[in-house]
Amino acid sequence: MAETNILTALGGIVRRDLLLAARRKSDVLTTLFFFVIVVSLFPLGIGPEMDMLRKIAPGVLWVAALLATMLSLNRLFAADYADGALEQMALSAVPLGVLVTGKVIAHWLLSGLPLTLLAPVLGLQFDLAPASLAVLVVALAIGTPVLSLIGAIGAALTLGVRGGGVLVSLLVLPLYVPVLIFGAGAVEADITGLGAAAHLSLLAAFLALAAFFGPWATTVALRIALE
Amino acid sequence: MLEASNLECVRGEKSLFRGLSFRLGAGACLMVQGANGSGKTSLLRMLCGLSPPAGGEIRWGGTPIRELAEDFRRELIYCGHAGAVKDDLTAQENVRMSARLAGQAAGEDEARGALRSLGLKGREDLPARVLSAGQKRRVALARLLLGKHRLWILDEPLTALDKAAVATLCGMIDAHLASGGMAVLTSHQELPLAAGRIEHLRLD
Repeated sequence: MAETNILTALGGIVRRDLLLAARRKSDVLTTLFFFVIVVSLFPLGIGPEMDMLRKIAPGVLWVAALLATMLSLNRLFAADYADGALEQMALSAVPLGVLVTGKVIAHWLLSGLPLTLLAPVLGLQFDLAPASLAVLVVALAIGTPVLSLIGAIGAALTLGVRGGGVLVSLLVLPLYVPVLIFGAGAVEADITGLGAAAHLSLLAAFLALAAFFGPWATTVALRIALE
Repeated sequence: MLEASNLECVRGEKSLFRGLSFRLGAGACLMVQGANGSGKTSLLRMLCGLSPPAGGEIRWGGTPIRELAEDFRRELIYCGHAGAVKDDLTAQENVRMSARLAGQAAGEDEARGALRSLGLKGREDLPARVLSAGQKRRVALARLLLGKHRLWILDEPLTALDKAAVATLCGMIDAHLASGGMAVLTSHQELPLAAGRIEHLRLD
């Protein structure tokens, strides 16, 4: 009984956030266009030097993914905070941690997942080999949920703070560094022929840690913001 | 049974109230009155467990609400100043989504029925964006009709409501009290409630 309730609530909040996003598509699309444009600027700026492009490709794609995720963090809790929905979540019979997890899943479906699917297309501009593109997709698939989970903590901590948008980047970007290093490192390792398995395992370990502590820390931060 | 003992509220440097105690039994309604800034909303938020009191304790059925956590929240419904009504969703979706957030299942028919009894017939499928302030308030209040919550905490429920809606809301509160429920509300107007015992609490 209790478990089905939690699963229904989790599914319910994911569907709610997806529905809200579907009614307001521009929010989601700006993030994706930002990613596409930032990544496309590099080949245009550097010119057709294939060796150089191949070298910078993993870093550029990952940095752009971090910044795009950053941009979408503001809308994670701000609207619900302003119209009182967050208060209602804190008063729900369902534990707030479950609802927060649902919101983070919805956030990933709307930012991390599309970024992951777009990345191989954009990677072609950098002359990446098909095998490297595959590693890039896997690394992003494991890494972007970590970005959403850590970002949620930052978004919750800066809730209701003036200039929260800038503050959240200062707070969260340093925490993204390990994901950036091992995410970009995985693709580089594959290009140099070392194999990406070690990097991907480490990314998966980050994901396990973030999935365990992220929603908990976010819940604590949200309760403080609501007091 | 909701019981508060020796509650103290501090906002900034200023103590808004201290030594506040009351008991609320089944079928009773507590009307909190006081000037703007006297701590009405702060008191209501304490009673929900949203903010911890600076001193004192709140108990539900003899157990502190802090320990009950979700078991207390299941019995409670809170309507604050912000109605949690999403402009991008229709009235009917709003009611169902907020019920689901609270952990109750709500079917489409139930949601439509609740909206109809609040006088929103024919507006169930309009996006909340095009509704007036009073109509949005009615959408927020429609959730009261869905669950079987024993404690209603309503912060200024009459804001923006017209006479007909005030009468409907009073009818809802009366029925709730008659069935053994409890209500805590703030209002600057007298509510024409019929049934139940109404207790007044003045914050000064």
